[in-house]
Amino acid sequence: MNKIIKYVLYDILRSRTVIGYTAFLFLMSFGLFNLESDPTKAVLSLLNVVLLIVPLISIIFGTIHFYNSTEFIELLVSQPINRRKIFLSEYLGVALSLAMAFVVGVGVPAMIFNPGPTSIYLVTSGVFLSFIFTSLAFLSSVLTRDKAKGIGIALMLWFYFSLLYDGLVMFILFYFADYPLDNITLGLLSLNPIDLGRVLVLLNVDVSALMGYTGALYKSFFGNWTGIALAFGLMLLWTIVPIYIAQRKFVKKDL
Amino acid sequence: MITLENLQKSYGKLQVLNNISAQFNTNQVVSIIGPNGSGKTTMIKCLLGMVIPDSGRILVDGAPVIRQWEYRNKIGYMPQISRFPENMKVRQLFQMMRDIRKTTKPLDEELFGMYNIPAMYEKSLGSLSGGNKQKVSAALACLFDPEILVLDEPTAGLDPLSSEILKTKILKEKSKGKLILISSHIMSEIDEVADDIFCLVDGNFRFYQSIESIKDVTQETRLGKAIAKMMAV
Repeated sequence: MNKIIKYVLYDILRSRTVIGYTAFLFLMSFGLFNLESDPTKAVLSLLNVVLLIVPLISIIFGTIHFYNSTEFIELLVSQPINRRKIFLSEYLGVALSLAMAFVVGVGVPAMIFNPGPTSIYLVTSGVFLSFIFTSLAFLSSVLTRDKAKGIGIALMLWFYFSLLYDGLVMFILFYFADYPLDNITLGLLSLNPIDLGRVLVLLNVDVSALMGYTGALYKSFFGNWTGIALAFGLMLLWTIVPIYIAQRKFVKKDL
Repeated sequence: MITLENLQKSYGKLQVLNNISAQFNTNQVVSIIGPNGSGKTTMIKCLLGMVIPDSGRILVDGAPVIRQWEYRNKIGYMPQISRFPENMKVRQLFQMMRDIRKTTKPLDEELFGMYNIPAMYEKSLGSLSGGNKQKVSAALACLFDPEILVLDEPTAGLDPLSSEILKTKILKEKSKGKLILISSHIMSEIDEVADDIFCLVDGNFRFYQSIESIKDVTQETRLGKAIAKMMAV
């Protein structure tokens, strides 16, 4: 399996999109750290951009890459190798290269200007988000043969997780403000990987005090190792579940 | 060597393959013909495991192969359209295929040399012309000296000299006792290389005969005309 991953990586790491993506992330991180005198603030600004850009690029690039590789995947399927391996190799090739781009583009500047747990959480969340949204990208690609529809589904998913979901949560919180919602918000949080990433980083900066009672609840929940392990466990689930469903569909699919 | 038994395949309401049965043997070149959209490519894809038939069986050397993959060690496939990862180099593609096949048999590098592929080694696959991609494809299909060659419109996009090389190669492989399946629209070419013709129309089996008997029955010397007569019946 890793034989194919190696060659998929060779291919993607040389693609202009990934090189451009790395350069963009790097320049942005570098710029933010130089503009802000307080590196923690810079991490927060970076966080907001990262939570928007990383899912978007991962899901769009993943989908386009999958559709562009259709003929190549057919060629691989005609070789003596099973489909599951081909699919997972393609996935890992794309996800790993996007994660590498993120580590180089954001991880390196963050560790230089602001070494510490906040940066580590930022990098880990970004890497997880790359894997999660590539996984969702592959799921939307196997759902339909039509490239335009596939990219459409991918964009809808991104839109839902980055913008719509938060709106829905706000709506619920506002509407049921008279009820105790603290545990429910915790539950709602785990249904969106982007929010999980955000909370993990925010709780390591001392702004959680600004988040009121819920912030305190999050702090008590995610402030210890069990909470953090649980959050990363949930992100792992967010990676595995879509790609598992996608792989099951792909194995039965007519190419 | 290959047996198809009552293959059925439909995409939604469209019946692409309707109860297709056939037997292909070693030392045989079979040309699969039919109008556009008659199910040729679907049949080939079923054989290669890219499309899973709704019902029916495919046997290669007596063993059922649907949802299996090991049997593809015996098959070399050249697709109709070749698109490879843009930034991958030709050398890497060949390395990857060698890694996947892990064959101990000596490699058949004849086409490899004839098409002068080593000269393209350091080029990226995205920069190759359509014809050169086809040459890479053809060389890949033959590289592992497979017992079965499946060629989907192999000479489309190849220059006359390269098609000639490929045709010579096909005849040579046949004489080694291989089975070669070719899907093609070019009758003169089929006449040169094939022994038998397998004809599909709208997913239905039409006829499966040797070229001589087709010419005999129709009293035509040109295969194109003979086929046209057969189809008109």
